[in-house]
Order: sequence, then C-alpha cells, then structure tokens
Amino acid sequence: MTDRNDIMKRSVGIEYERFESGFVAFDYEALMREAGDDVRAVAELQRETGVGATPLLELRNLTALARRLAPRGKGARIFMKDEAANPSGSFKARRAAVSVKKAKTMGFPGVMAATSGNYGAAVASQAAMRGLQCIVVQECYDSRGIGQPEIIEKARACEAYGAEVVQLTVGPELFTVFLSLLEETGCFNASLYTPFSVAGIETLGVEVAEQMRTRTGRFPDMTVITHAGGGNVTGTARGLAKAGATETVVVGASVNLQGLHMASDRDFNRKSFTTGHTGFGVPFAVMPDRSDVPRSAARPLRYLDRYVTVGQGEVFAMTEALARLEGLERGPAGNTALAAAFALARELDAEQTIVVQESEYTGAGKHAQAQLAFARENGIEVRLGDPREEIPGQSIVLPATPELLAPQEQNLDKLRRSRIRHAIKGRESELRCLARARENPNDEQRWRETLAFLGEETKRTPAFAQETLARLLEIEPSAP
Amino acid sequence: MKTNQAKQGDWVRIERTALAPEERAPGIPEETARTPLTLWVKGALLSETASVGDAVEVKTVTGRRVRGKLESVNPAWRHDFGAFVPELRAAGQAFVSQCADREGTES
Repeated sequence: MTDRNDIMKRSVGIEYERFESGFVAFDYEALMREAGDDVRAVAELQRETGVGATPLLELRNLTALARRLAPRGKGARIFMKDEAANPSGSFKARRAAVSVKKAKTMGFPGVMAATSGNYGAAVASQAAMRGLQCIVVQECYDSRGIGQPEIIEKARACEAYGAEVVQLTVGPELFTVFLSLLEETGCFNASLYTPFSVAGIETLGVEVAEQMRTRTGRFPDMTVITHAGGGNVTGTARGLAKAGATETVVVGASVNLQGLHMASDRDFNRKSFTTGHTGFGVPFAVMPDRSDVPRSAARPLRYLDRYVTVGQGEVFAMTEALARLEGLERGPAGNTALAAAFALARELDAEQTIVVQESEYTGAGKHAQAQLAFARENGIEVRLGDPREEIPGQSIVLPATPELLAPQEQNLDKLRRSRIRHAIKGRESELRCLARARENPNDEQRWRETLAFLGEETKRTPAFAQETLARLLEIEPSAP
Repeated sequence: MKTNQAKQGDWVRIERTALAPEERAPGIPEETARTPLTLWVKGALLSETASVGDAVEVKTVTGRRVRGKLESVNPAWRHDFGAFVPELRAAGQAFVSQCADREGTES
C-alpha cells in the first residue's frame, strides 16, 4: 500500500506540512482557513442542500420541572436546537454538506467516511443530493455477528441513501481497511476531523447565538454540547464566538463509559451508546491528532469551559421525559447534552438561559426502548434507582425520580495537563534542552511559541503551560 | 428458488475475513486479537448460481468487485424496538408525575 500520509493528503486535498512549525506547535487557525473564513458562505452552501436553519425550541415543561426541583429563583430557561430537522436527521448533515461539496468541486468520483454514527447517513444523504458515490465503513458487529441495534439502523439509513456500507467486527484495523478502500476507489475522505467538517458546525453555533438573541434579547448564558470526537464542541464554540457570543459558557457532556475498552470484542455490546461517550470524549480531547488526518481540526480543549459526564440511564430517562413532557420523540444519543442541561439549569438563575445544541432522529434500533432491551439481552442489569450506582458494562440505572439526575463534573485541568503531556510526547529531551539553554534568540522564540501554543491548546495561558512543562520535564519553573 | 440459493444479479450479502487472528494489530485486547477481523458487504451476484456458503464475487453499489462467502440472499433489516422495558416507562412517568399540572393523571 502507498504511504498512509500520501493517501490522506490526496484524499482530503490538504498539505498538512504547511501548518507545522517544525516543533510542537502548528498553526491551527491557518489550517481552519483551508475551509474558508466566511461562516455566511458556509451557511449558504448548506442551504443548497437543505441543511441548517433548524428550529430553536423552548422546552417549557422541562424548564418548569427543573425550577420546581431548584432553589427559589433558580432554574434557567432550557432551549433545544432541533437538529433532527436536518435532511439526514442530525447535525452531522452540516459537516457532510461542506465535505461533499468540496469533493464535488475538486472532481472526486465519490466520498468515503469511517463512522458507526449519524455521520454515515449524513454523508450518504449529501452524496445522493450531489450525485456522488458513497462508501461508509462501520464497526458494527462483535465476533458472534451480533450488532448494536443503533449501528444497524445507521447502516440501513446509509443504504437508504444509496451508499455502499462495509461492515466490520470490532477493532482499530478498520482504519487499514478504510485506507485501502480510499486507495482502491480514489474517493474523497470525508473525515470528521478536517477543517471542512468543523467549519460546517460553526453555522450551528452562529444560529444558536442569533436565534437566542432574537428570542430572548441576549446570547445564551450556557450551551451544553454532546462531546465525542471533539468536532461538535469545536465547531459550535467557534460559531458562537464568530457571532459575538464570547461570554457563553461552553459545557461538554459525554456518557460515562469508563472502564469499557473501545477495542474489546467483549465490551462492544456491553455499552448502550455508540458515540457521545467518554471512550471517545477523553482520548480525542487529550490526543486530538490520533484521528484519520495528520492534524485534527477538532480540538475541544481549546473551547471547553466545563466538562461533565452523565450515566446511560440518565440519558434514556431524559429521552423518555422529552417525549412525554415536550412531545418530542428524539434519538437517545442526541439527548446526552439534554440530560446534563436539565440538571445544570438548576444551578443557573431563572432569568438565565441554557441551550442544548442538538437533537437527532429516532426509529427502530435507534431508540431508548431498543437499546435497553438489547442491553438486557446482553446481560446488563437494567433497573430504577440512583444513577450514581450505574457501573458501565454491568448496569444501567434509570433515575427513579427526576431530581436524581446529577451530571458528574470532570476535572478539566487534569485533561489539559494530559493534553500537554501528549503534545510533547517524543520531544521531551529536546524540550528539556531548550528550556534550560535558550541562549540564542531562535531558541527563546521556539520556547515561547511552544508555551503560547500549549496555552491555546488548553484554553489556559503560557504560564499554565510552563508550570505543567516544568513538572513533566522536571525543570525549574520560571516566568515565561 | 430457495432463499439460500441465488442466481446472477440477485442482491446478496457476502462475508470475508479481512484479517486473520495472526494478522491483527499489536496491542489490541486479547479477546479481540484471537478473533478474525470479519467484513460484510452487499452487492449483485456475478456468478451464475450459488448457494449460501459458496465462494462468490459480487458487484457493489459503487461498482466494486468483491469476493467472499455468500452469507445471505435478499438480506433484510430486522432491527426493531426490542422487548418492552417497563423501567423506561416508569422513569418517564416519574417526570410526568412531578409536573404541577399533571399530578394524579395516572397512578
């Protein structure tokens, strides 16, 4: 097979080396400009295929309930961006729209995506609209040939849009299969981690900001975003900032699947969420470049103000509550952020607002009922109780009462330090020399660039990077 | 024609081993490493006739020719909403019964 990097370069049309500064840092904003700078132009492109401009719904009954459970004067108004209204039923259509248009413009015969999630249907749907071929590669079954109902439904949706679906058993070698198919077909790699994909989500952040201002006179106080690979957080936060909503608190929410191994044939069917969980959320935050492109455009730690986890049972209960109280039957994975927001609303004042920035379609397989039934068939205990007692892979605990919903706050600084540790991996001794010597202006500049980059990577400061590096490299901390 | 038999042009699903256990990536969990990486794809049968289990070649929807073992003919989607889970309904009901204007609507 041809060199991995060559295949990648050819299949996304980006020369990633151009953004490297030759050391730890790279020029992230320059990489993002590959997708163009103009978020309005991206929105226009998306409208060509009916993507975006989704309704913003106020969840009045859930707000009333949150207030009833909150101290007097607390309980923010909860809003939800109904992204299920996109052509393929999820916000992923926004990402696919930009990538597929790019592939069409560049003259590729088709597009490919490696995904078990909503993104496959999104790429297939956009490819159908633009008249391109589409191949979706999925991790779908365990070695017994038993598949998650949610993933099987997504395969069905991809086929409905005319895509070829290549299904695999569990394992990271999916990437090797994907690469050889890219080489065989000469397709465009509609990776989730290109600037095109992330730019596609910026329009969602812009819409959240603008629709909230129209509706309430102000930007939202808080936005809760389901976090997996990092693109959703990155794109939405960038869009909010582009629209001027720089004060909005950006909260990431993932389903807690701690303890389950993502490459384990045994654990594969012991989880009830195939995305939006910590199995992606944590590694993609601290090692964003371990994706299918040399440099990922999805860099969640640059944008997160808070990160919380919720239990599988909490999300399923919230999915049921959304249908019963708001008349909105939506898919469970998209309600991860909603489960967190319902509890977080009780922290905020009643005059404040909180936005859940997505919903997704639902149906056979992709439904709380189907996934809970599947969990039970696979030996998972399903019961009512206190969700904090849930053990991923062993039990799913649906909250017996709504006040038991309690997202767990994660230590972001710990993730940020881990990010820095991974960013300098393999360069430790060079960095140690650089930190100690810095005799000529070149070295001094390289050191400062490194600190500035790591500060940006973690939404902290060069001083935070310096302090972390001092600990990692066992050198004397000194003022930058 | 029986459902385990197919003729040229029929829509079928094939199975093939993408990687044998000994070819798998280093460092993956042991329970994964001892299984092959198996691949499934659908396409139109190119052989004149075949039975389930036969080595065949198909033409996929994107025009690729792929070889593998015939797994099924006219493959159907059979996923559904699963067995009823009473706890899910009860969890939803706990939300409804806490709403001021809905109390007492259901025991």
